[in-house]
Amino acid sequence: MADRLFKSINARGLRGAVKGSEYKKEALISYGILVIGYILLQLGAMTGLIGHNLQGQFVPICVYISLAISLNLVVGISGELSLGHAGFMAVGAFTGIVITRVLENSIEFGPLRLIIAILAAAVMAAIAGFIIGIPILGLRGDYLAIVTLAFGEIVRNIMNVLYFGLDNNGHLKFAFNHTIEGIDTSQRVITGAIGATGVTKLATFTGAAILTAFTLFVVLNLKNSKQGRAIMAIRDNRIAGESIGLDVKKYKLMAFVVSASLAGMAGCMFGQNYSTLAPVKFNFNTSVLILVFVVLGGIGNIWGGMIAAALLTVLPEALRQFADYRMLTYAVVLILVMIGTYNPAIRARITAFVNKIKPKKKDKGKEKTGKEAA
Amino acid sequence: MKKNWTKFLVVALSVMMVFAMTACGGGSGDSGSSEGGDNALHLGGVGPLTGPAALYGNAVNNGAQLAVDEINAANPDGVQLVWDMQDDEHDAEKSVNAYNKLVDDGMQVLVGTVTTAPCTAVAAEAFEDRMFVLTPSASGPAVTEGNDNVFQLCFSDPNQGIASADYIKANYADKTVGVIYNNADNYSTGIYDKFKSEYEADGKKLAAVEAFSDDANADFTAQLNSMKNAGVDLIFLPIYYTPASNIMTQANKMGYAPTYFGVDGMDGILDLEGFDTSLAEGVLLLTPFTPYSDDAKVQDFVKAYEDKFGETPIQFAADAYDCVYAVYDAFGKTGLGTDASSADICEAMIKVFTGGDFTASGLTAETMKWNAEGEVDKTPKVCVIQDGKYVEQ
Amino acid sequence: MNFLNSLISGLSLGSVYAIIALGYTMVYGISKMLNFAHGDVIMVGGYVSFIMTMYVGMNGWLALLVAMVVCTLLGIIIERLAYRPLRGTGSLAVLITAIGVSYFLQNAALLIWGANPRVFTSLFDGVGTIHAAGGQLTITPESLFTILANIVIMIVLTLFVNRTKAGKAMRAVSEDNGAAQLMGINVNQSISLTFAIGSGLAAVAGVLMCSAYPVLMPTTGAMPGIKAFTAAVFGGIGSIPGAMIGGLILGIIEIFSRAYISTELSDAIVFACLIIVLLVKPTGLLGKKVSEKV
Repeated sequence: MADRLFKSINARGLRGAVKGSEYKKEALISYGILVIGYILLQLGAMTGLIGHNLQGQFVPICVYISLAISLNLVVGISGELSLGHAGFMAVGAFTGIVITRVLENSIEFGPLRLIIAILAAAVMAAIAGFIIGIPILGLRGDYLAIVTLAFGEIVRNIMNVLYFGLDNNGHLKFAFNHTIEGIDTSQRVITGAIGATGVTKLATFTGAAILTAFTLFVVLNLKNSKQGRAIMAIRDNRIAGESIGLDVKKYKLMAFVVSASLAGMAGCMFGQNYSTLAPVKFNFNTSVLILVFVVLGGIGNIWGGMIAAALLTVLPEALRQFADYRMLTYAVVLILVMIGTYNPAIRARITAFVNKIKPKKKDKGKEKTGKEAA
Repeated sequence: MKKNWTKFLVVALSVMMVFAMTACGGGSGDSGSSEGGDNALHLGGVGPLTGPAALYGNAVNNGAQLAVDEINAANPDGVQLVWDMQDDEHDAEKSVNAYNKLVDDGMQVLVGTVTTAPCTAVAAEAFEDRMFVLTPSASGPAVTEGNDNVFQLCFSDPNQGIASADYIKANYADKTVGVIYNNADNYSTGIYDKFKSEYEADGKKLAAVEAFSDDANADFTAQLNSMKNAGVDLIFLPIYYTPASNIMTQANKMGYAPTYFGVDGMDGILDLEGFDTSLAEGVLLLTPFTPYSDDAKVQDFVKAYEDKFGETPIQFAADAYDCVYAVYDAFGKTGLGTDASSADICEAMIKVFTGGDFTASGLTAETMKWNAEGEVDKTPKVCVIQDGKYVEQ
Repeated sequence: MNFLNSLISGLSLGSVYAIIALGYTMVYGISKMLNFAHGDVIMVGGYVSFIMTMYVGMNGWLALLVAMVVCTLLGIIIERLAYRPLRGTGSLAVLITAIGVSYFLQNAALLIWGANPRVFTSLFDGVGTIHAAGGQLTITPESLFTILANIVIMIVLTLFVNRTKAGKAMRAVSEDNGAAQLMGINVNQSISLTFAIGSGLAAVAGVLMCSAYPVLMPTTGAMPGIKAFTAAVFGGIGSIPGAMIGGLILGIIEIFSRAYISTELSDAIVFACLIIVLLVKPTGLLGKKVSEKV
């Protein structure tokens, strides 16, 4: 399935990356959205135009944008369908919580603790990505997808029986059952299905925005590097890639591990934004949600995914006035938007409309749409 | 680039749509908060109105609505209450969003949130905002820990675990005891943890402990076989009644008939549509509320609830009903006007609740008192199901 | 005895997975899409059957028939409205739409039937449980019938796909959509038929599942849906006997790991087995090896 799909989106990304100007354009738009969004939201919050409800979502929006960017690396640039992104997020989130708790007494300065936690989360998630990536990257398309789904479920299942605690000397201990030796309930950091409680929140909007910028920086640079071009070449034609001597597994693994690591960092930020975090948060639905951002924003289109992530995070809140019909409306909007964005007939109509209002680019557009139809 | 432009147009349209919606939302919110002069106290509720835990959120919504209507009708010239409940899908992140939305709309006191994990997240926000919180049903200890502004109306999970273990040890000393609990659920693991340590405190051992994760219609034969093989004749079920009904049905088919001991989550099992209540004969449960009580107040409540919502109330509805009355009474004692800020109300309410002489009375207990930790002090009742009714032990 | 008891419940649970997995596998075979809304069709089947027996007073078997008709129509409508407009646009777009449909069905069920769970009356209410070996071995009529139903469905479906004209057309479409069209096969009709059969079977699975594990909620179909999807991949997605074998193995692993290893980690063990199988056989147990075209 994946193979067919990526044929249809085919070489746009690759061509874009080869041409320096296209890369610059993409980078400009992506960073632009981030900076302008950040300034607007900050101003809105300062002047009181934006209420608590939206302000409370600043950090999650940044986190979901980061997740969308990092998943785009696997789905869009490397061309593999992943349904377990929330698993890496979970690894990062819980690593971060444990680290910040351990360092609570030794490092007073919150932001430093947060940075150390994020780095640790990145490492742990990268290790998880490496462990799961090595065996599975030989698989194709949907089989890889199901293994990532399985991975996400396994992580959640193990989290449900994993207990962490700090003993009186500040040493970290863990166990796979309810009683950890020498540690009573109040010293527990992570309590199985109950998850982490009493987290000192370290996440701030500015911190989250910087993390998003970093994620964007890594992915855009990777996309425009020699390695990135190799990854996209393999995506577009695996056999051709192999025939010119590209190490397919190595490049796929690279994309996968980097993406996992970035997801772990985003997860860490997410975990630091709430005083409690339970493993159930990182279930299949969350993985799917991130995938929805990527697909809705246009597979491989970094800034499209960013906008989709921000909008879809705000949308359920905006639908609150529908009360009981809220989630039903959300489902309908999702289906309609998918059909509206991907249905060839509707798309052609929008293209025609755009042609009308933008006559300058008419010729170039015709050539492109012709190719897409074929 | 053309492709990008079509995409851009779609995205731009959706942006406009969303912003139009948020704008409307914001607009109505502003008018909400400016209603301060209407002599109404704005109560907010947060809980799962959709998703797998929707049952509990809806019960709380209905119970609280009933209390608010009663209070407003009984006293049209006094302090009026306004009730607004927002959905959190039983998710901590959404719960914080819902809470913030209520803050935007001018909420003055929070009656919520319904479930523990979301409530823990919201409690931390409310602590910073100085918003008074009385939760009807979030029973985890983390909810009140370190938050002087958060109070529980229900028993805390550890207390239920301890009370259950003590009761079983005192009254069923000769039974072989096993536990089936939901290891993906906060409530269930919280009770189980304390139950185990209390039960095994003086050398007794649990004969078998089995878990399941969240999936209410799972296959329980493996767990039940394990219980049966260990010779268990009393199964402690610190779980909600939905999976419990499934366990009882499957055990019955296996020809296995132990005694069941449940906690307050078990309430509701008799009103499950389609459930063969004869399977629940002899089930013991620790609960503060049953719709079958002879108490006149409870009977009036059950009748009013059934008339209005067409179903029998579960414990969550009664808890919410009591919460609204407790908040209303305590607010009366503060002497504040309805135009007071939520922070002022919060400080005054904390003083009233922890003052020592404030007691509330309601459906779930004759007298309820609160300690400084925010835990409620009321007596649990152990009931047994006989002839399809609860009988107090 | 414990072993035999576990084996029987494993086979019975596995049969439910197998019947659901059939829907996944057939739809995947013909339209190369993962229909994540399939699990929720099971839930609709369960509710329809429940309403028919409790409120209309129908016999359980008649209610099953009604549920099958409703689900069949539902399947056709979903395909027509949500999936057909996206045909040929790459299956990720359809995958997301399927998830949208899944949300839709769950929330519609919540609005229509409310959040209160229902307890399903078994099809075999009143039929006694078989006790053998001195009461040690118990076989419920539900598990016996579920296992039998699974075998019958599998045989009928295999015959249908291999022997009938419509079945051959379905195979042709799944082999090569374009070529099939050139041969005069009505592709739309074939796909609709596949959805109809898959959804009809989902209703059967829903009723059987709810007979054995009687709780009915708007989210009832979600977890079995994911498990059955796993089963379909386990056996090799697109293959009908693969779905049966995958479902049965998955059910047995699940019950056995609960009985002998850990009830807390049984799901993790199931998924770990899946990963191991895919490492050894990258396209599942009976999956077709896809040769790569240059």
